[in-house]
Amino acid sequence: MNYYARRLVTLFLTVLFVVVLTFTAFRIIPGNPALAILGTEASNEQIALLEAKLGTDRPLLVQFGHWLGNAALLDFGESLRFSEPVLKLIVSRVPVTLSLALLALVISVCTAVPLGILAAKSHGKKWDALISIGTQFGLAIPSFWMGIILILVFGLTLRWFSVSSYVPWSESPILALKSIVLPAVALAIPQIAVIVRYLRTTMLEQLNLDYVRTARSKGLSERSIQYIHVLKNALLPVITIVGINFGELLAGSLVIEQVFTLPGFGSLLITAIGNRDYPLVQGLVLLIAVTVIIINFIVDLSYRWLDPKIRLK
Amino acid sequence: MRINKSFSLVLGSLFVGLLLVIMIISLFYTPYGENVMSITERLQAPGSAHWLGTDNFGRDVLSRIMVGAQTAFLVGSISVAIGLTCGFIVGTLAGYVGGWVDELLMRATDALLAFPGILLALLLVSIFKPNMFQTIIAIGVLSVPSFARVIRSGVLQHREADYVRAARGIGAGHFNVIFIQILPNIISSIITTAALSFSTAILVEAALSYLGLGVQPPDPSWGRMLNEAQGYLNKAPWYALAPGLLITLSVLGFNLLGDGIRDLRDNVNRGG
Repeated sequence: MNYYARRLVTLFLTVLFVVVLTFTAFRIIPGNPALAILGTEASNEQIALLEAKLGTDRPLLVQFGHWLGNAALLDFGESLRFSEPVLKLIVSRVPVTLSLALLALVISVCTAVPLGILAAKSHGKKWDALISIGTQFGLAIPSFWMGIILILVFGLTLRWFSVSSYVPWSESPILALKSIVLPAVALAIPQIAVIVRYLRTTMLEQLNLDYVRTARSKGLSERSIQYIHVLKNALLPVITIVGINFGELLAGSLVIEQVFTLPGFGSLLITAIGNRDYPLVQGLVLLIAVTVIIINFIVDLSYRWLDPKIRLK
Repeated sequence: MRINKSFSLVLGSLFVGLLLVIMIISLFYTPYGENVMSITERLQAPGSAHWLGTDNFGRDVLSRIMVGAQTAFLVGSISVAIGLTCGFIVGTLAGYVGGWVDELLMRATDALLAFPGILLALLLVSIFKPNMFQTIIAIGVLSVPSFARVIRSGVLQHREADYVRAARGIGAGHFNVIFIQILPNIISSIITTAALSFSTAILVEAALSYLGLGVQPPDPSWGRMLNEAQGYLNKAPWYALAPGLLITLSVLGFNLLGDGIRDLRDNVNRGG
């Protein structure tokens, strides 16, 4: 089968599996979901009413078909708690989470690439060791603790940033940016560690290849070898990592938003889980998961497009 | 690895060992009862009576952190055991049987991996009322794909090796081939995955508990303590330091241990 066709089938199957999982998760609740939401004191009429609203009074396959059909049209039903369409609630939170994840992505790439190059250049020397220790810590520190520390240092002690007062982008872009800088830094740190380690390894691999020897033997300076030839080849695989990282950043922001009380996907999801607002939880989880899958798909394709070697294989 | 090959292993073992010691001591002795509240001693700074200070209920932070190590180890080891068992079944089936079984199982694994870690955990914990049991299940499910992949590729790699053919030739059954022939050869990659999954388990447990969806009070959990500490950052900044440091050190320990074991294996494989 043609690569793209195969990849599309895989994409379809993955999405299907995610859809099934998200759907069944709330159908395996022992007993009646409506009862689980309303509690044991609910009257039979209340339960019947909620069952009709949730659609759980119909056969499972019918429910699934109905839900899938609606989900394909981005209709995830109505939130039980807010009595508003799930999609509308989700869309209203997009700017916060998206800007947070994007800023974190920019911070992580801009920090990680120079650090990765430095580590590879000073292979086996002081800087390499220091960066290695740094990345180990970066991977180990929980981002929400990092967030708390940042609040403690920059918010409460130095007072550079006002903590926990989110300003919407429409109100003041500068203040909005200021309110997401600290959470973005906390979010970026583990990703910086991942990219640095990856870039360092690929650069060191590249430095052992024939073309580097050729470049050296024809008298190119070490600078131009490292920055032009090796870096170009080493950055390519990093694109894949960055794509995967974006998913991690989206997921990580679910937790970090709670630390900084930002009104994004995270707070919506946590509130929804607390309220047993199943349509909202389902819609959010499905949307985030499918977004991540599609981003990875695009990254995968662009990677092939950027690297002719892979295309020809 | 980057730093020094045996260095990761030694340092990792040291951190994990230290943590184990803290946990074992906490089974028999803690300076104070971990749930004993004392209203007169709320939010005291670290001192001779309370080495790490007290929390907003006047409970001794050191004692709670020590008992928190039990929670971390309990959640970590049971969820890794779940992930390993399920991952072993899935990975061996996929690698050994191959064909459409492999295709089906690996697509399912890919789909699980497509969920960013914490999102899947949140989906799973949202089904039931939050408690330690469902936290363990959620984290266990989370770690299945990595075990399944590692074991599958190990089985694939060795399935047609000469020594396995030879064993089959003298009449070894599937059980013998999988457990006696192949397993010893892939055990080090399984141990590496287990160590790394353990550190993920500690991180995810802490995050879930921080969000209030993991381990519930009064069971002490480092993540939960950070959640409580954040409310008192102004009055008692020290309270937020110790639990976070413990999480970091345990995750660091298990990561280094995993890296160290992998490097050791790579060295052996290279004949070094």
